[in-house]
Amino acid sequence: MAGKVKWVTDIEKSVLINNFEKRGWIQVTDSEDWNFYWMSIQTIRTVFSVDTGYRLTDDQMVNHFPNHYELTRKDLMIKNIKRYRRELEKENSALAEKDDSGKYIYLDFVPVTFMLPADYNLFVEEFRKSPSSTWIMKPCGKAQGKGIFLINKLSQIKKWSRDSRTSTFVAANSGKEAYVISLYIDNPLLIGGKKFDLRLYVLVTTYRPLKCYMYKLGFCRFCTVKYTPSTSELDNMFVHLTNVAIQKHGDDYNHVHGGKWTVSNLRLYLESTRGPDVTNHLFDQIHWIIVQSLKAVAPVMNNDKHCFECYGYDIIIDDRLKPWLIEVNASPSLTSSTANDRILKYNLINDTLNIVTPNAEIPDCRWNRSLPKEALGHYQVLYDEEQALSESTERDLRSRSGHSLGSKSTRQSGVRPFPATWK
Amino acid sequence: MMDESTELSVSITQIVQRLKGTHLHSQLEKQAKECLHKPEIKLETLKDDVRRVLKASGWERKLQNAVYRELHVLPPPGHPRAPPEHTKEPLAYMLKAQASWEKRILKSLNSMCTELGIPLARKRPVMEQKELTNKWNEMGTDEPDLSNFRPVYAPKDFLEVLIGLRNPNTERSDDLTVKSHWGLIQVSLNVHDIPQMRETYAELGLSYGQLGIDDHTHVPPDLFESEHIHIGKKVVSEQDSAAAQQYSRQGCPTGLRAQLWSLILNTTNDPEDITHYEQLKARVIHHNLLVDNLIYKDVKLTASNDDYYFVFEDYLYQVLLCFSRDTAVLEHFNYNSASPPKSSIQSKSGSEQCAVVYPPNGVIPFHGFSMYVAPLCFLYNEPSKLYSVFREMYIRYFFRLHSISSHPSGIVSLCLQFERLLQAHLPQLFYHLREIGAQPLRIAFKWIVRAFSGYLSTDQLLLLWDRILGYNSLEIVAVLATAVFAFRAENLMEVTSLASAEAVLADLSTLKVMPLLQIFLFATSI
Repeated sequence: MAGKVKWVTDIEKSVLINNFEKRGWIQVTDSEDWNFYWMSIQTIRTVFSVDTGYRLTDDQMVNHFPNHYELTRKDLMIKNIKRYRRELEKENSALAEKDDSGKYIYLDFVPVTFMLPADYNLFVEEFRKSPSSTWIMKPCGKAQGKGIFLINKLSQIKKWSRDSRTSTFVAANSGKEAYVISLYIDNPLLIGGKKFDLRLYVLVTTYRPLKCYMYKLGFCRFCTVKYTPSTSELDNMFVHLTNVAIQKHGDDYNHVHGGKWTVSNLRLYLESTRGPDVTNHLFDQIHWIIVQSLKAVAPVMNNDKHCFECYGYDIIIDDRLKPWLIEVNASPSLTSSTANDRILKYNLINDTLNIVTPNAEIPDCRWNRSLPKEALGHYQVLYDEEQALSESTERDLRSRSGHSLGSKSTRQSGVRPFPATWK
Repeated sequence: MMDESTELSVSITQIVQRLKGTHLHSQLEKQAKECLHKPEIKLETLKDDVRRVLKASGWERKLQNAVYRELHVLPPPGHPRAPPEHTKEPLAYMLKAQASWEKRILKSLNSMCTELGIPLARKRPVMEQKELTNKWNEMGTDEPDLSNFRPVYAPKDFLEVLIGLRNPNTERSDDLTVKSHWGLIQVSLNVHDIPQMRETYAELGLSYGQLGIDDHTHVPPDLFESEHIHIGKKVVSEQDSAAAQQYSRQGCPTGLRAQLWSLILNTTNDPEDITHYEQLKARVIHHNLLVDNLIYKDVKLTASNDDYYFVFEDYLYQVLLCFSRDTAVLEHFNYNSASPPKSSIQSKSGSEQCAVVYPPNGVIPFHGFSMYVAPLCFLYNEPSKLYSVFREMYIRYFFRLHSISSHPSGIVSLCLQFERLLQAHLPQLFYHLREIGAQPLRIAFKWIVRAFSGYLSTDQLLLLWDRILGYNSLEIVAVLATAVFAFRAENLMEVTSLASAEAVLADLSTLKVMPLLQIFLFATSI
């Protein structure tokens, strides 16, 4: 046995520290030798920046991929997904099939989105096609609902671009910041009359080949303010704004139960009211879009072997039980608002560490991380490309970057489009 | 005593009487008349032909289900010369105890009314009516100041009343059963022992497949489950209440439960049910009642803070406010030991006082009342449907959990059942807990009063309520309470105070109901 793991963190959260201490690991500072660094996304930038020239050794591990923002920045995620679709289309993949109205049948899982100001003209064109729709503006680099607002008139966006220069509408913004504008899901599934989004945790240990795990204990976050679909007046718009802001729950937002409902509650409710078939289909769809989003960024991701990442996926389900990927967070909140929340997050970190540092031993990035099912805790394998490849007898596999695996055509037979590994 | 055939004919007369003039009755008539135009109806065989048509079109089944429903709520016919209150409760001391308990509650309600200077009922001004109509679906966003309101009573208060119950006909010192009883309930009622229960709950036996148990020793789980679901679908398509009830004993599959329960309860959600609900809603909008505040307060104190049920806060108001206005609920007082409370109000002229039932449904909510509705929100997302299922559950089962009676599903019997089972099968544990001042019933009472709602995880609770419906009895609730003690017996033997015993039993959300029941009923040595 080599010695004990030396750990550093710049996120002072008890769910992390308790987990490190439980393993008998030793805390050091970032100027000393360390093996395991749980860092913020600000720090990861310096660790891998060209200037600092940090070189990680085989026994070091960090909790982010260097360019995770390819997935976790709203604009880049959209860009990558769009590119992924185009490539599949070029390959004539069955996955890129479109319906009569020109929509992707299998890859239409993010709301229509444009970058602003770059795609302004494209946006206007789309807006005019359905002028009664509502759109949501989000700053690309911000999380937790900051700077988000809704529009339903072109004049509002013009006003915004004027105002943002003088910073009256979103005071904190510089005005130069890039925004994405997405079609607002205005027919969300309501439970008890309330709107919610899903927060699911997904662990990626390697992008090439892709290996990811799904955490079983996700939850629904409910708005405390009632959902009202009317956006005809500006006043109403602010109700929406509050909605979203609350739903995106700033770290300090707190209620008695945190407005959180477990995924198992959701499943029980949906199975009871809509039946097991549509419910299973919905969850399969959710798994599907998560895997597709990861495949979309896999080719551009710097697949540094010292890295793993635990993402927070935000998904909204509409009233036809179609899930939509809203965004992916690189550093899901580790603050606990309730006792249950603390247990959940403690377990999340615990199970994550058990996968990335098996037996709590000093990391060795040459490990082949194939663990028995019992070692996964509440995780289950969502997709294992290596295994899928070896299982696959497809002719047209290209070794380039692995993402062409998507051209399997099992989708048409109505079964899961990729070798299911989580069941 | 009456012989069986007279009893039967009395029941038949009663049921015919009750179904006369119902919507079903007129529908049946209409169907029968309409089918007369059909060519297959012959004058010579008129009666049989009409019957055949009604059978083929499913109307006979509807009638069967309606009769079956009446059989559930109909009290067994008593002796012809017995006074009518015997159908409410045959034991005089129970009736008396219930009456004085009611007096206390009513007094407490009235004094709250006087103290706060709030009228029992008040017509809402037009503006307020409009406002309420607009926010009917989001009443939870209202934050009225309820600090002055307190629940009229909590289960704890009710338990004290039950502990004080005495049978005046038995001198305590002579009554051996009472003397040797270690528990808090001091009256004797006919409760069951395990051998009797093994007969009653035969379908929960080890050789039967059960939903809610993962490891089957005799039947492979997947095989049982898919077969059971298959049968469940058939039961639903046959629309047979009795079959659904029998089926429910082995558990309802999640996807079929909503349909099966409403089939068992014969809540059809016909257009007139929806109209009825809309009428109740209109009554809520027109008038404000003092009990509304109690309902608000209760939901805020219980369901709104519950990890499983907070989502449904608004549905709970929509159901409970309507429930308080529903005078159809009054009918259940025919067989409930309780009587609807009456308050005097000033008549319109202002001169005379007259007594009216208050609240209109005759049910004063207490702390935790909303938890009877909460689990049903997982099954029904349509308020009118949710409403009719809840109302039927209430008038069949839940009222028994807060009325003093000798009924086998009544709260007194359940408490006694729990204590007797515990004493018979876990005497050491009972003795230990009693010695340290932790009477088991003091811990279990809150579970029993709510039929475990809010204590178990929802999936487990629904499996439990499947059996309540399946066996048409709340007895299983007392059995589960005992089984929980048995399950935690080892830890409980180590505690030295009521507080630490309560701590051991504080979180039941990880328990699996069916294995606990099965082990307790069928694997306990007797």
